[in-house]
Amino acid sequence: MCLGIPGKIIATAERDGLPMGTVDFGGVTREVCLAPVPEARIGDYAIVHVGFAISLLDEDEARATLEALRELGEVEEELAREEAGEPAGEET
Amino acid sequence: MKYLEEYRDAALVRRVLDEIAATVTGEWTLMEICGGQTHSLVRSGLDRMLPPGLNLLHGPGCPVCITPLEMIDRALAIAAREDVIVASYGDMLRVPGTSGDLMGVRSTGADVRVVYSPLDAVTLARENPDREVVFFAIGFETTAPANAMSVLQAERLGLENFSVLVSQATVPAAIRAIMSRPGGRVEAFLAAGHVCTVMGWSEYEPLAEEFSLPIVVTGFEPLDLARGIAAAVHQLEAGRAEVENAYGRAVSREGNREARELIDRVFEPCDRTWRGIGTIAMSGLGLRPEFTRFDAIERFAVSEIDSAESQICIAGEILQGRKKPIDCPAFGTDCTPATPLGATMVSSEGACAAYYRYGRREGAGS
Repeated sequence: MCLGIPGKIIATAERDGLPMGTVDFGGVTREVCLAPVPEARIGDYAIVHVGFAISLLDEDEARATLEALRELGEVEEELAREEAGEPAGEET
Repeated sequence: MKYLEEYRDAALVRRVLDEIAATVTGEWTLMEICGGQTHSLVRSGLDRMLPPGLNLLHGPGCPVCITPLEMIDRALAIAAREDVIVASYGDMLRVPGTSGDLMGVRSTGADVRVVYSPLDAVTLARENPDREVVFFAIGFETTAPANAMSVLQAERLGLENFSVLVSQATVPAAIRAIMSRPGGRVEAFLAAGHVCTVMGWSEYEPLAEEFSLPIVVTGFEPLDLARGIAAAVHQLEAGRAEVENAYGRAVSREGNREARELIDRVFEPCDRTWRGIGTIAMSGLGLRPEFTRFDAIERFAVSEIDSAESQICIAGEILQGRKKPIDCPAFGTDCTPATPLGATMVSSEGACAAYYRYGRREGAGS
């Protein structure tokens, strides 16, 4: 029940007075209530629980986290190569 | 799927695990509150890739598991009425009551429907004006806004035949209860990321200070969990005790204001019973007085009900992090997902179900 998953908002509409959206979860679409995320726009990624979008993903933050980890890995690999006496920067 | 697969990248997870291994010098016990995180940890095997000395306890954050037995029995009693449709999240159908479960009463003719969203239950009420529709509104702060909206929408649409059986719980009170009990050994918490998308994390700051407790807001994918554990370990090793956000792409300190307002309009804090654990002060949400006409307990007069728990099941000990599923003599023998003795064997968030599904029939190695 807490396993909300991120999906992309591909359409919006109003139904029975509520802001609703169509959200695409990797090819499966569902109608989702957007009331908790009034700032939502088509193309945004939302985390959806029991048919409600409870958060919009901060895509810049998501990218930054992954990039920081990937860079950390590259530095580590380079250091490891140096320690092993291999030329730095060369792909193995 | 975007924003899912990247956080399952084995190389990145390995990198964070290496960092954890390089950081740990002592023995530490962490608890992940949320049952969804328990499943992700066990499914990915992450809990077995941690350095020795790092022990993960599984917390009580499984809404199905902690729904009080008497609430299940009330749902069963209501479902037995001919004029009623009970609408429920699918997880609840196999949760054992004193005798039987919702799946069982359905097989004997009761009208029990599985809904994906609380708004589906409202639609059922609209489409069946000659029947009473009772929505089993369970969950933590993640489902509370949606459950609240079902009541508001029923009110807006003037539906007289809609009511809710409310069993809402809140996480901070549970952390306080776990930390206040004698013999407690949790030294850091992974806070449930999606609860925090709604509530933010400011309400955890007093807990971190009072109990000198690192609390790390953590997501659900293996990389998120590894990062949450890494942050907690860094704090423990450095002697810090702060609330930290390791799920920045989804959570802000303030949480979701609209969602919180929905909760506050319909619900108010109340004491509640956690199945297997007992009553925890102000750890639940109940309907505000102006919405009591939507309360299924009053509408169907089921407040007094005789309930009796299984004598064998140790779900309470497991939910409090005192035991693991494999410590139970009935685990995998008398108690399986097909014949559950306790709710922890049923739910997609229950610890016993996670251990059973992912083949942890013996020592967990942690």
